[in-house]
Amino acid sequence: MANPENTQAASDNKLMAWIDKRLPVTALWNNVMTGYYAPKNFNFWYYLGSLALLVLAIQILSGIFLTMHYKPDAELAFASVEYIMRDVEWGWLVRYMHSTGASFFFVVIYLHMFRALLYGSHREPRELVWILGMLIYVALMAEAFMGYVLPWGQMSYWGAQVIINLFGAIPGIGEPLTEWIRGDYFISDATLNRFFALHVIALPLAILGLVMVHLVALRENGSNNPDGIEIKANKDENGIPKDGIPFHPYYTVKDIFGVGMFLMIFAFVIFFWPEAGGLFLEHDNFVPADPLVTPEHIKPVWYFTPYYAILKAVPDKLMGVILMGISVLILFFVPWLDRSPAKSIRYKGAWYKIMLGLFVIAFLRLGMLGMAEGTPAQTIEMRVWTFVYFAFFILMYFISPRAKTKPLPERVTH
Amino acid sequence: MPTDGVNKKRRRFLVATTSVVGAVGAGFAAVPFISTWKPSAKAKAVGAPVQVPIDGLEPGQIMKVQWRGQTIGVLRRTEGTLDMLDEVSDDLRDPASLESDQPEYASNEARALRDEFLVVNMHCTHLGCIPQLIPEVGSQPFEENWKGGFYCPCHKSKFDLAGRVYKGVPAPTNLKVPPYSYLDDDTLIIGVSPEGAV
Amino acid sequence: MKLKSFVVLLSLAAIITATAPTFAAGGGELEHANVNVRDTAAAQRGAQLFVNYCMACHGASYMRYGRLAADLDLSEDTVMKNLVFGDAKIGDTMKTAMQPDDAVKWLGKVPPDLSVIARSRGVDWLYTYMTTFYQDASGGWNNKVLPNASMPHVMWQLQGIQKPVYVTDEAGIETVDELVLHRAGLETPEEYEETVRDLVTFLAYLSEPAQLQRKSIGIWVLLFLAFFTMIAYLLKVEYWRDVH
Repeated sequence: MANPENTQAASDNKLMAWIDKRLPVTALWNNVMTGYYAPKNFNFWYYLGSLALLVLAIQILSGIFLTMHYKPDAELAFASVEYIMRDVEWGWLVRYMHSTGASFFFVVIYLHMFRALLYGSHREPRELVWILGMLIYVALMAEAFMGYVLPWGQMSYWGAQVIINLFGAIPGIGEPLTEWIRGDYFISDATLNRFFALHVIALPLAILGLVMVHLVALRENGSNNPDGIEIKANKDENGIPKDGIPFHPYYTVKDIFGVGMFLMIFAFVIFFWPEAGGLFLEHDNFVPADPLVTPEHIKPVWYFTPYYAILKAVPDKLMGVILMGISVLILFFVPWLDRSPAKSIRYKGAWYKIMLGLFVIAFLRLGMLGMAEGTPAQTIEMRVWTFVYFAFFILMYFISPRAKTKPLPERVTH
Repeated sequence: MPTDGVNKKRRRFLVATTSVVGAVGAGFAAVPFISTWKPSAKAKAVGAPVQVPIDGLEPGQIMKVQWRGQTIGVLRRTEGTLDMLDEVSDDLRDPASLESDQPEYASNEARALRDEFLVVNMHCTHLGCIPQLIPEVGSQPFEENWKGGFYCPCHKSKFDLAGRVYKGVPAPTNLKVPPYSYLDDDTLIIGVSPEGAV
Repeated sequence: MKLKSFVVLLSLAAIITATAPTFAAGGGELEHANVNVRDTAAAQRGAQLFVNYCMACHGASYMRYGRLAADLDLSEDTVMKNLVFGDAKIGDTMKTAMQPDDAVKWLGKVPPDLSVIARSRGVDWLYTYMTTFYQDASGGWNNKVLPNASMPHVMWQLQGIQKPVYVTDEAGIETVDELVLHRAGLETPEEYEETVRDLVTFLAYLSEPAQLQRKSIGIWVLLFLAFFTMIAYLLKVEYWRDVH
């Protein structure tokens, strides 16, 4: 009933019949596209999943072409990036796609995660979807960090220095561990070479695998929706959710529109603002790596700075690293920290709106303070926002089961 | 889901338009990626035309230069050698260079702009070895009645002193002639055709 | 609901911009360079200045002369005659004549390559740097934005010699307040500013030659994407008529 034309066309086609007998293409298509019913009330936030897939594809494609010209050698790496920017025909475009894509990946992923916090997409029965998503996020952070080292500029070098030395804070094994990661007594050619291998093959494979499992887990229970109620609770006589619509064609056409909107913003940055004022491509990274001279002001790229600020807020090295680790780890537990009877922010009550709002401000503000030079006043501010960051999770655990919720609707709303 | 009153024509039109515009966009997006495989500015700089001074070259001598990773031979031929070119043409596979690769201006019998100087890509057209120049006329281990020419040690291909291939050897065509021209009487430039020539 | 989401996004964006001023630029106040990379005439003059004044010590070893000719509307002959010294070819990169070993011997270190200097320092810094050389009490060259710079003022004959006026703050620390022209150069101060602007224009071009094409292609890409997105929107609206 949903899409008679499509199934019809497939079985009419002799070639398709031949293939289907050997490889269940039509069945798969029906299963994941036309026969998959998604809630009809998706809003803006539901574009971000497909956009994350798009950015992943862009990164893989542009990355493959960059490896054809890049040289993972401490003597040659910086020059090979400029070679790509100048001597390789259209190399600058491929490089800007990749550098802009890296930042956009995090923009999309952060908004995608925020969506889950808005509507409770991580709640039962979708805890594994969230955990797999968190694993993708962590893998992506490793991928981005190692990718940032490859141009072998000053920020690549000294960023790697700082981040690898974080492992040095681990008592007992810290020193030998950092040495093992570097493969040398300082960040050197050996480090660059192994980061290159991890960046171009090991981590992308891991990310692709995780994305696949993330999607399988998502399809098992179907997507959540802005109302946070299960559409499968209300089915018609054919067993089809009353508030569901076939993913294809309705969400495919909608996502194509989303892709168009996204690509306009993406292309604007690539062609008119590729450095993003020093956020996407940092000024100091146009100076070749020099192990003898530290840049005046070292900071990680913007997508790491919230955690970097939490690290800087703590006056003790080990405690700082631990707190920073916890700030990422705690996200894994959100499905169990939120115990509200309502999943969606729409029905949770005002407390969640205020808390989530404060959390977002804390995260953004920490991100900005992480980039700043670090005056004493800023250190105090970082501590305040670090407190707010953690308070969000802890208070959620205690407030969520007690707070009064609004009555949940029977069916999804528009 | 109610699908009555659907304007199927409009849907089909919009699907087609979106697909076509999307495909055109994908096509445009493919161009930069494919273009990155072309020789880069660096490769082009390394493969730039090479100037060869020929005033020091004695008759019968050959000099070899590198151009785009290929060995190019410049042979100064004697009067006697040039007379011989006509003589051997019956034994050649492609005496008029009809099936071989050379610029228009080097498809004459001497395969040269100026008969005296042969400029030729030294790589054998069989599998890319570099044939030796054996200018002496007379009996050779590989040929009793040798009239002078190039002999490829790899698979025994033979070429005359205009780089034309003999019959009965594995090489299919004559040695290639690269584009070249004269900057002045004493200087060759390899990689640039004479002005107006193809 | 959709509208609400956008409002949330917008207000987040507003928070970011409103709370942004935590970045501080080091090195004191910078003058505005006001360069326009598309000003080919200025970039041409800058290229000449670069070759005459900078390349004795600094190279631009990622930049090829041929690319420069093509981008700055110069013929290869003009470039070979006016900008290429020594036996470099048109396809070669703009390497300095100074050997690294000699540089260490003479200057104590190898002067940095200037290919991407405008991307690391920024045009305003370069402009200010090149206009604020002064002769200090020791008689040596010093610089206002890069105190104790190891580089001498190579264009002093054009600018003349500036001397500093110091101010002392409450803590007793002496800083350079302003520079006054002590001995006039071959150019008037206004002419010299233009000269430096030309040079910085060239450096800005040099740092990313593709920027000239980048922006002109970008407009077409955006127009195409807008067209595609519009059709995709109509398609979406058409299908979503079914959804009530």
